[in-house]
Amino acid sequence: MTLRLELRAAPEVPVEADCITPDRLRQLPIAEIERLPVFYGNRQVPLAEVFTVSGAPGETIQLRGDMSRVKHIGATMSCGQIHIDGHAGAHLGAEMLGGTIVVSGNAGDWVGPEMRGGRIVIRGSAGHLAGSAYRGAAVGMTGGEIIIHGAARNEAGHGMRGGLIAIGGSCGDFAGVNMLAGTVTIFGAAGIRTGAGMKRGTIIAMQPLEVLPTFAYACEYRPSFLPLYLLHLRRLGLPVTDGQLSASYRRWCGDAVELNRGEILSPSI
Amino acid sequence: MQIGSTHIEDTFAEAFAMWGTRVVVTAAGPEWAQAAAQSMTGFATSVIGCKCEAGIERALAAQETPDGRPGASILLFAMDKAALGKRLVERIGQCVMTCPTTACFAGLDSGHDTSIGGKLRYFGDGYQMSKKIGDRRYWRIPVMDGEFLVQDRFGMQPAVGGGNLILCGTDAGTAVAAAQAAVAAIRALPDVALPFPGGVVRSGSKVGSRYKGLPASTNDAFCPTLRSVAGATGLRPEVNCALEIVIDGLSEHAVRCAMAAGMQAAARPGLAAISAGNYGGNLGQYQIRLHSLLNGGAVP
Repeated sequence: MTLRLELRAAPEVPVEADCITPDRLRQLPIAEIERLPVFYGNRQVPLAEVFTVSGAPGETIQLRGDMSRVKHIGATMSCGQIHIDGHAGAHLGAEMLGGTIVVSGNAGDWVGPEMRGGRIVIRGSAGHLAGSAYRGAAVGMTGGEIIIHGAARNEAGHGMRGGLIAIGGSCGDFAGVNMLAGTVTIFGAAGIRTGAGMKRGTIIAMQPLEVLPTFAYACEYRPSFLPLYLLHLRRLGLPVTDGQLSASYRRWCGDAVELNRGEILSPSI
Repeated sequence: MQIGSTHIEDTFAEAFAMWGTRVVVTAAGPEWAQAAAQSMTGFATSVIGCKCEAGIERALAAQETPDGRPGASILLFAMDKAALGKRLVERIGQCVMTCPTTACFAGLDSGHDTSIGGKLRYFGDGYQMSKKIGDRRYWRIPVMDGEFLVQDRFGMQPAVGGGNLILCGTDAGTAVAAAQAAVAAIRALPDVALPFPGGVVRSGSKVGSRYKGLPASTNDAFCPTLRSVAGATGLRPEVNCALEIVIDGLSEHAVRCAMAAGMQAAARPGLAAISAGNYGGNLGQYQIRLHSLLNGGAVP
């Protein structure tokens, strides 16, 4: 059973719609869903003023329209699926616990901040701070997967303590900054200061990158865990080549200004 | 009953409840995967003396393994869950982690599991790292050729040990050839392992001994040299050599299928009879009658 929400018109101001989760909507009648409050700018309005509601409430929610200004879709969701035909706004899947969100277009800043489980798939590109800690918090995502087929901007995986972020395209600066654990895989070019301040965790950079001087080169080898990740990502549609599966990888350990137990892996050329 | 000229004795194999698991070992090449598998399944013929029983189930192609490398599937059995966990830690630690380029994965999903990688990780002396994909955690233990990757938890399930066939030949050559054919047929089947050397045991045993402290001793009823001196013989007059095939499986069905396939493959001129080992039905939880396996009757 699929519940369909279609934007009546592209909003002129940000809309906050954290009620759009299968957890909240799956057992409500349509009339009650239409009455749920969302914020249109600073004005609270019923959801039906922003979306037309159709279909049958269940485990799946389908959203149509340019949601670039619709924030907090899928926040704290724990089950079910959300499909967004178009772009998604900021804070998509914030603090998510489980389930799946798929966005056919781009997503704004703060994709899956502090998420703990589930999977977010962005077919396009994502903004800043995917999988990150909120400002003032030390710990970002602790579990789950954020799969970005396009590019991501700065600070992807900031404070990350578990889970997987995969970026099919290029990545901005400070990927994995202050990372505590988890894995960030970047298939395109990485920006500067990748892994700055990381204590533990793994950053896999498929393109040559400028490694901070506080990371020390260790060796060139074939990490036996890497094929598991790469085959998993290939199944999810990311551009994993046979060469990346069989390559040797160079390993740098860091960040020496912190615990020095993190690593950056990059295929040797 | 007969299969061709081979008589099938009206008796049963007495099998026991055990706990079993499947381990998948991968390596950079099939030769290293086999080396680790052979090492891990070495000295694992009988729980009586080895604390566990194990065998290589089959070689795995690269596309069948979690990391896309060639591998081997191993079945390991012990009398209870705790013992099985201990044997896994010992054998993966000593036989797989030590072997160049290997990684080790659980090959069984079940409601019962135990921490293996989570115990072996301490070999990393604080430098070990964990990785989690979905619900599965893996441990990366730094070793001298890079890293040993081992899954955190391994599934285990109730299993059946001690299914068996005793092949009674008029001469040793025929008995050995029949045993080899039976082993080849059984090894083509899933979920079973043959723990003895080449899948065959010549020193079948009975429970107890005239010597104190020995839990088992030679199966005199099937020793042709003792036909005239032992109390009762299980051998027909024309039999001069008997060989046993012991089968452990992840289910009674798997053991029955293996026994049925083994009987069909072994039967031939010169193999006078196929019998089975039992203890009068007093010890084992499973009685697998040979006649029930004939004519497509493997499924209980």
